[in-house]
Amino acid sequence: MNWIALKMLMGDRAKYLGIIAGITFAALLISQQAAIFCGLLLRTTSQLQDIADADIWVMDPNVEYFDELKPLKEDDLYRVQGVPGVAWAVRFYKGQGRMKLGTGQDQGTGKYQQAIVLGLDDATMVGAPREIVRGSLADLRKPDAVMMDVNGYEYLWPGEPLEVGRVFEMNDHRAVIVGICKSSRTFQTFPILYTRYHQAIQFVPQERKIMSFVLVHPQDDVPAQEVCERIHTMTGLRAITRQQFADQTIGYYLRRTGIPVNFGITVALGFIVGCAIAGQTFYTFILENLNQFGSLKAMGVSNTRILGMVLLQGLVVGFIGFCLGVGLTMLFGVLTKNTEVSFFMPWQVLVLTAVAVAVIVLLSSLISVRKVLVLEPAVVFR
Amino acid sequence: MLSSTAMKMAVACRTLTKEFGDGDQKVLALRGVDVDVPPGQMTLLVGQSGCGKTTLISIFAGLLDTTSGSLQVLGEDLVKMSDRRKVVFRRRNIGFVFQQYNLLPSLTAAENAAVPLLINGVARREAVERAKDLLDQVGMADRVNGLPSQLSGGQQQRVAIARALIHEPKLLVCDEPTAALDAQSGKTVMELIKKVAVKEDRTVIVVTHDNRVFGFGDRIVFMNDGRIEKVETAAEFKNSAH
Repeated sequence: MNWIALKMLMGDRAKYLGIIAGITFAALLISQQAAIFCGLLLRTTSQLQDIADADIWVMDPNVEYFDELKPLKEDDLYRVQGVPGVAWAVRFYKGQGRMKLGTGQDQGTGKYQQAIVLGLDDATMVGAPREIVRGSLADLRKPDAVMMDVNGYEYLWPGEPLEVGRVFEMNDHRAVIVGICKSSRTFQTFPILYTRYHQAIQFVPQERKIMSFVLVHPQDDVPAQEVCERIHTMTGLRAITRQQFADQTIGYYLRRTGIPVNFGITVALGFIVGCAIAGQTFYTFILENLNQFGSLKAMGVSNTRILGMVLLQGLVVGFIGFCLGVGLTMLFGVLTKNTEVSFFMPWQVLVLTAVAVAVIVLLSSLISVRKVLVLEPAVVFR
Repeated sequence: MLSSTAMKMAVACRTLTKEFGDGDQKVLALRGVDVDVPPGQMTLLVGQSGCGKTTLISIFAGLLDTTSGSLQVLGEDLVKMSDRRKVVFRRRNIGFVFQQYNLLPSLTAAENAAVPLLINGVARREAVERAKDLLDQVGMADRVNGLPSQLSGGQQQRVAIARALIHEPKLLVCDEPTAALDAQSGKTVMELIKKVAVKEDRTVIVVTHDNRVFGFGDRIVFMNDGRIEKVETAAEFKNSAH
């Protein structure tokens, strides 16, 4: 009987393709929007992901997420270094500065650009970019030296070759691009400037306290979590692992911004549209085959079997629609890989999409099959 | 209560009534029907539209419940039978030929004819092979792979007859099998039913209002306004016609 159900389904090609198109559209919209949402949230932690050297981040206890800066005192660095279990601890600056592009090759443009400034420990350069495409890390030791990320460079000078030596001003100080590196795209999409810590503080307006974070690596024989607890107990500062900081940052954006609601609305719309298209087409398919189902009932097919047939039909179109929709989303992800589109598709997106498609299919099938179940088999004689 | 003679009949009913609707909308479709259908014969159920023939055949086939009266079909008391058992009863014992053929449009002739075997759990390959053999008997050997849309009305009805007989039912019910066909095709279909379907252990009931096919019946049951008007044998009908 399953075979008959499938032949009935695929025999009506227009409806069959119509139902699949509806489910594909829903799966595409749900998975694509969910993946963009995940990608966007991941970008809020992109610098945390990039700075993989430090397992532990130490900060002011009131810091809620990565972009919220409450500077520490210089003394705090030494207090952290003195905590047992700490292999090394270095200072790290994160802030925003304003680039003035009216000098050097850009003379006369009068253009300003906000940029993220990352100040690395002068001695160790912990937190330095991992992939440098022009120049070298040693060049950062030169006076006024900064290293810019490729995305920022291409944003500022679109279509121009990647070249070191460009000069601009920051906080009335000369800055020279000595290197170009790769780094993850950021949530704010500002260019990222890597420089030495003591250089960084020249590039931004002076404040009483400067140091944003202390980056810590625990000794090999001490678990990171334990070191975090010791740092907190002995210094009163907040110390969390990189992953915890990333989770906390994502949690902040989820709770305190409208991003989840906005994406949730689009995902819900995809679900509703999918339900409407697939449901209506499936319902029409069942209605048009009512006589055939009536004949089968007259010939001795039970309601349970009919229900099984309709559910199988729904399952098949659901599976095909899901695969096509998710496949198209993955294709979208591949095509937009090196663009500004944020795209990240963890397994949870697949599960969410699969559940949504299953609900669409179940709703469509059950609403449609009601007509068949209440159908008097004697209708075949009318 | 049915007499011992009635018990030997393929179908026997007494004071059978059937009402549709409630209150002012109530319609009495059958008004106390008493009829016996002997096994191994073709019985025609004839009468004008709305006289209750289709309702009666639907009740005989276990597709409709009675309102009152007694009914034995193939030795089973259909009045007391549960809906669930009726489904199994129909599956095993009854073959159907519908006015509009009701073939599944996406299945070939052989696959359509195999449907009752599939419903009864026979493997698809075997079912289709048996269907091809039966289609050969009804003169459709060269169209076994044709879809219903590629077949004429007469050819579709032949496939429907093969479908109705493939699982060797003890009762074959045909609802206006010639109504959608031209005179020649209708005659061919009735000849086919007479030749292939009627057997010693099989009863055939044909509902029709097409008086051109009355000559094919062994017995003719005339209905009028929800009642049996008269029952004639083929010989009696032929004499009265002359």
